[in-house]
Amino acid sequence: MHQRLDKPWIELTGETAARLPGQLGVYQIADASGRIVKIGTGDARQPFGLRSALQAELATLGPGHRFRVEINQMYRTRWAELLMVHRADHGELPSGNAADGARLGVLSPS
Amino acid sequence: MDFEPTEEQKMLVEGVRRFVREEIVPLEEKLDPDASELPPEDHQRLVEKTKAMGLYGIDIPKQFGGPDIDIVTRTLLAIEMSQHRGGLYVPCYGTFGGAGLAQLFEANDEQKEKYLFPTLRGEKKAFFGLTEPSGGSDPARAIRTRAVRSGNGWSITGRKIFISGADRADYGIVFARTAPEQGREGITCFIVDKGTPGFHVRRVVHTLRSSSYATELEFDDCKVTDGQILGELNKGFAIANDRLSRQRIPYAAACIGVAIKAQQMAVEWSKMRETFGARLSDRQAIQWMLVDNEIDIRTARYFTLAAALKARANQPFRTEAAMAKLIATEGGGRVVDRAMQIHGGMGVTKDLPLERWYREMRIRRIGEGPSEVQRMLIAREILGSKAR
Repeated sequence: MHQRLDKPWIELTGETAARLPGQLGVYQIADASGRIVKIGTGDARQPFGLRSALQAELATLGPGHRFRVEINQMYRTRWAELLMVHRADHGELPSGNAADGARLGVLSPS
Repeated sequence: MDFEPTEEQKMLVEGVRRFVREEIVPLEEKLDPDASELPPEDHQRLVEKTKAMGLYGIDIPKQFGGPDIDIVTRTLLAIEMSQHRGGLYVPCYGTFGGAGLAQLFEANDEQKEKYLFPTLRGEKKAFFGLTEPSGGSDPARAIRTRAVRSGNGWSITGRKIFISGADRADYGIVFARTAPEQGREGITCFIVDKGTPGFHVRRVVHTLRSSSYATELEFDDCKVTDGQILGELNKGFAIANDRLSRQRIPYAAACIGVAIKAQQMAVEWSKMRETFGARLSDRQAIQWMLVDNEIDIRTARYFTLAAALKARANQPFRTEAAMAKLIATEGGGRVVDRAMQIHGGMGVTKDLPLERWYREMRIRRIGEGPSEVQRMLIAREILGSKAR
């Protein structure tokens, strides 16, 4: 498993979110400039996992964003890993994860 | 073994059982099925409750401020504390506190002030850095990490893997080879602070235990002083080994608690669920599974308490602890598997805790010394210490 997500970005719309699987996993959302603004999970509490999570993000953020997902049963640990790697790469967390920093560790990825 | 809990033990057990039922389980229902932590405000509120119960920090020796509860009672309580979804690895989500790294009780006064006491107060977190990519079952031979003299101190170089909490720790204890020609008598334990140049947490290691991750560490000319040696030079393996033996009793107890809860669920489900016009509990196939569960649970409880009784009596208990760990982890796995089978499709969903226990219980046959190592330790007792 790569430490960083490197899948192509997809425009976040009602149609693309509706086509997502109902499986568990992680996602990243970027703004129009390509800056990652949120790393999240489609977790087991949501009725349709990733699909529900991205539909909720669309409702909150509105149009003009892109996303990519990774289906992953280990969504909690993968989410923490993506956040720590992002902070190591960029020096800060995505703006949508500002409240998540307190419980994160520090990685020095190779 | 002749064991009957005292009235005080029964009272403590009932108190913890009520705490799990009334405080932990309702909170857990609101969390992700793989959660490993409570929200901070709930955690703090429950810590205050366990302090009021006189049970906070139950693993901490009395001379360091612990409540002076013997290991037999702690075993009985550990069986209760694990009886919830996250209970196998995070009993009551840490609200009963803990001793942190027990090795630090052997630290010198300066180290106690800097590391042990803040850890016991919950102000500092630590990691235990023993296992390496070269192998975890036989650490005395597998350790490749080296510490060589560098000026007035030491330079550590090597890698560690499957290390829990290193990315969030303030410091850790790290085992390195300081006299390669001396085998297990050539390993030293160092205390390494976070942020020390040359110490890196390189990556997350994902496992079946998807509620929490391990990490891989790299030490690249990481400089430490003589004052960061824990215990004596070249005597580090004894520190690690002592921890591994002692840890096996509570490790077994947590497996028993989860097995008890899985069995309770299986019994209730079998009495309620009907197939082909009869309750599951009326069918011999189900009855036999429930019987086998009960035998596995009682056997594990017997051996684990036997080990705890020997430890409390200051008698050698290494073989008994190995038996307890072996029987409780293997038996616990069978119990959860049968409970899952009895629940059918529901058993494998995240709606119930069985699937989390199933994954996590599988790790217990490997963690803290795999089943094969426990059998090897018992074989040495039977055949003599030279048996390999």
